[in-house]
Amino acid sequence: MRYLPHTDSDRRAMLAEVGVRDSDALFADVPDGKLLSELPALPRHQSEMAVERALSALASKNVPASAVPFFAGCGAYKHHVPATVDHIIQRSEFMTAYTPYQPEIAQGTLQYLFEFQSQVAALTGMEVANASMYDGSTAAAEAVLMAHRLTKRKKAVIAGGLHPHYRAVIETISRYSGHEVTALPADPEKTFEAECDGDTSCVVVQMPDVFGRVHDLGTLAVKVHAAGALMVVAVTEAVSFGALKSPGAMGADIVIAEGQSIGNGLNFGGPYVGLFATRNKFVRQMPGRLCGQTVDRDGRRGFVLTLSTREQHIRREKATSNICTNSGLCALAFTAHMTLLGEAGLRKLAALNHAAAVALARALSKVAGVQIITPHFFNEFTIKTPMPGEQVINRLADRTIIGGVPASRLWPDDKALANLIVVAATEVTREDDIAAYRAALNEVLDG
Amino acid sequence: MGKMPINFPAVRSDAATGQTFTGNRGLAIEEPLIFEIGSPETSGVDFEDPLSPGGEGVFGVPSPSKLALPSLQLQETASASGCGREKDRMRGDFSGNRLGGLERREPIGLPGLSEPEAIRHYLRLSQKNYSIDSGIFPLGSCTMKHNPRLNEKMARLPGFADIHPLQPEKTVQGALALMEELSRWLLELTGMQAVALSPKAGAHGELCGMVAIRAALEARGEGADRRIVLVPDSAHGTNPATAALLGFIVRRVKAGENGTVSVEAVREKLGPDVAAMMLTNPNTCGLFERDIVEIAAALHKAGAYLYCDGANFNAIAGKVRPGELGVDAMHINLHKTFSTPHGGGGPGAGPVVLSEALAPFAPLPYVVKEGQSYRLVEHQSGAGAQEKAFGRLTAFHGQMGMFVRALAYMMSHGADGIRQASEDAVLNANYVRACLRDVLSQPFGDKPCMHEVLFDDHFLRGTGISTLDFAKALIDEGFHPMTVYFPLVTSGAMLVEPTESESKQSLDQFIAAIRDLAEAAKAGDTKRFANAPRFAPRTRLDETRAAREPVLTYSEPLPRAAE
Amino acid sequence: MAQVKYTKDHEYIIVQDGTGTVGITNYAQDKLGDVTFVEVPANGKTVKKGDAAGVVESVKAASDVYSPVSGTIVEVNTALPDKPELINQDAEGSAWLFKITLSDASELDGLMDRDAYLAYAKEQG
Repeated sequence: MRYLPHTDSDRRAMLAEVGVRDSDALFADVPDGKLLSELPALPRHQSEMAVERALSALASKNVPASAVPFFAGCGAYKHHVPATVDHIIQRSEFMTAYTPYQPEIAQGTLQYLFEFQSQVAALTGMEVANASMYDGSTAAAEAVLMAHRLTKRKKAVIAGGLHPHYRAVIETISRYSGHEVTALPADPEKTFEAECDGDTSCVVVQMPDVFGRVHDLGTLAVKVHAAGALMVVAVTEAVSFGALKSPGAMGADIVIAEGQSIGNGLNFGGPYVGLFATRNKFVRQMPGRLCGQTVDRDGRRGFVLTLSTREQHIRREKATSNICTNSGLCALAFTAHMTLLGEAGLRKLAALNHAAAVALARALSKVAGVQIITPHFFNEFTIKTPMPGEQVINRLADRTIIGGVPASRLWPDDKALANLIVVAATEVTREDDIAAYRAALNEVLDG
Repeated sequence: MGKMPINFPAVRSDAATGQTFTGNRGLAIEEPLIFEIGSPETSGVDFEDPLSPGGEGVFGVPSPSKLALPSLQLQETASASGCGREKDRMRGDFSGNRLGGLERREPIGLPGLSEPEAIRHYLRLSQKNYSIDSGIFPLGSCTMKHNPRLNEKMARLPGFADIHPLQPEKTVQGALALMEELSRWLLELTGMQAVALSPKAGAHGELCGMVAIRAALEARGEGADRRIVLVPDSAHGTNPATAALLGFIVRRVKAGENGTVSVEAVREKLGPDVAAMMLTNPNTCGLFERDIVEIAAALHKAGAYLYCDGANFNAIAGKVRPGELGVDAMHINLHKTFSTPHGGGGPGAGPVVLSEALAPFAPLPYVVKEGQSYRLVEHQSGAGAQEKAFGRLTAFHGQMGMFVRALAYMMSHGADGIRQASEDAVLNANYVRACLRDVLSQPFGDKPCMHEVLFDDHFLRGTGISTLDFAKALIDEGFHPMTVYFPLVTSGAMLVEPTESESKQSLDQFIAAIRDLAEAAKAGDTKRFANAPRFAPRTRLDETRAAREPVLTYSEPLPRAAE
Repeated sequence: MAQVKYTKDHEYIIVQDGTGTVGITNYAQDKLGDVTFVEVPANGKTVKKGDAAGVVESVKAASDVYSPVSGTIVEVNTALPDKPELINQDAEGSAWLFKITLSDASELDGLMDRDAYLAYAKEQG
């Protein structure tokens, strides 16, 4: 077995040193009858070739985004990741390193985390960011818990445009941690409205929203702050930071985001990387790991994990959260890609995304029966078709086009949304993809 | 003038090491921050020219000039950050813009690097890190085993890496089949009935298991009465943190003199107010909890559940099935037992196996097989949905990238390899114990351990050298230290987990270095310890300063671009 | 005449004329290491004996401070949040955390005097 270095003679020599006859003697504390005498009913070891054959066969049963005209978004986006990024994250010293608890031999990890935090703070328009969370949805739940701690209130209000998965995670955590949630209905025209009162700790609003709509949050921020609550802004498309006014500039107190669009592929939903940013005055209530700058005994600049007393390994029952890890390698992919882009590159990337979506909207609006219901958008918008969205998408799939996400996939019980499809376009979208979509949609809606 | 060379303060060290002009020492190269070497207009990414040969924009939007992407027009904002020049490049036609006036006008403050500069930056950073690929990484309860490269190749197959979680199910049948196959392996290895794949990390898995227990108690109408969770003192901090997050009250259970929890100690704390016990097995002292079967029985009799923290599953995979011990829920760290990379702090994955009693209370989503095809159940209503499923813990379906890697590992090892790996892991830890028992001290006396061995700082008494100093001196010898100061029940704990990936030669080298350090400590060579590490990329860092005066983001202005 | 009493959680209280000055002991600050953050309780807050009243954090540990007695907090040490290191320098002097008017002086009887406390601390190691 290629991953095990010991020969049988090594094992014999070591067993002799330990002073036991065989390795089962080392399992003596296992209760009687519980030490398996038979191997589990699973295949035996296999060569690399055999494993590759089997897994490649499974992989070939999936339709990759690059192989077809592709327009699905709703929280995960198809972007081009430069070859350099994938190369960087496969460096042994990054990929097979551990959490940087011994900072003297982890300055590589710590420095890129500091750079990552700085980039995230700049992108979100906030003062401080952490070293990443598992993903956007769990970051959203943590933001709500943080708002409860800061305001000492127990009720979160979720605006109608928050991704339903994010809403579901917040509801699950709130239900079992003893907090309240008011989730507003998903009415595409009212996604930036919310009421709050003296019991509200925060309003969670997504921008661009799950239907792709963009809207200024300034008025909402004023209202939320007047009630003594915090505005939590959720962003699921990180490239939008290159085009839109930042959440910080719009009055956000906490910003959470899904960072997948930068540096990280679709990966069927994971691993992704959650971004979390806030104001300096709230930093002690911020969950997750934090990297800080300091000096060593020789006076050289270095970095360490800091403010750890918020975390589980020290506070235990009183921790700000039970989180034990961040999404290190995905954060590295994010920061490396963002470094390669730079500010000019990010703005250009954002411009191309928007241009592609504008062109797509123009093309689809010419298909009989199709309405574009999103007035202002970044790279994603919603169309209404004369027949149920799920049917449209399935028929498009039969024509090898992934046409978007039907609203019924996310809200199966909401009849009012049944004919809506959310479509996304990015810098990888080509003119022939748009033409193919338009032609196929015509066919599907005709037939 | 161009970019300024970065000067580092001269190193104040003994004459023997000397100073250089750059602050570099041979291959140990200092590397500044991207903010100090990059600029806002440099980019290492090229984009497609939007113009097609026909003179129209590639998207059919006519553009007045060659460079005019439908891009963002910046106002004449204060260019103190040095971003002024970029507006010349970026002014473009704004027609067709549907942003509703929400364009980002202020500079963001982000540096860019060309591709060669970026590669060099990250390469130099990587060289300051220790990793599993560098040498033994003996962190107790972390299972720093080898990360096979086949895993990486398989995870990058476009059929796995390039699929969207919300594509039509018929276009991702291979992915759903893989999730089912992974589930089959996990269930067969643990002897449990159901598995929740979606948790994104071990702690997230703990949350999942404990929520399932809450849901089960509520379904019995006992949710409000049973608020106590029993947790041993030696538990990992995530256990009480998870319990507290869910509104449980933690009641501590003490281990006996032998380091394990006795069923009598558990019975003493049991009552109708107890919801569950969280037990790590093998425990964080490296010992198998021998009373676990009786403890599970006692809990069940009292109407409570047993949650098992599966962080140490590497000791018993293929040898013992937790389901046969009475466990109701157990999370498995795919990045520990099943070789997915630690990544410098994630991403991990923490699927949770569940007993028959808890199976109905798994979260959404999950995969079901119907005939020859697979379906994802994502909602509580609708065909085939579990009514009692407790909702979502995460968006989408879980860490698919880690599922592929873990399954590649499992298939490579097979049942026989997994068993052999567990036996080698346990043998390696005992070998370390046997070779060091005369120079180090063990809190529960010298006796066989499982896959990790626990030492304490008793052997350092009177030397003036702490566990921390000892660990830092180990760095100078070229090793990452073992876990220190955990578990909390032991004074100055040192928890060593070699894993099965270490050869006998590697272990002998590690053992020899520890022996030498232990002897030096007892001989009073304090200088070797007090100043350690001396040879790492940095000497000891001022953590007090980092906490008292936090500097968490870069806040100097970006350098101006060359004219 | 001032009397000084100590708790098992390493708080001290100096009582004079019905008002107590509370802080953590020198032993506690030594065990914690460099103090990095201090949270003082809210001024005017009423507490019962044993209630949490403040937090002292170091790099490696976070310790709740518990009020040794019941009463009302009448003053808090506002210098501490900006200079947490004062606790390391003068835990039992100028780095007191809060002052409290006692509602039940008999609670002091259950606390240790200095000799008993020093013996207890020595035993803790």
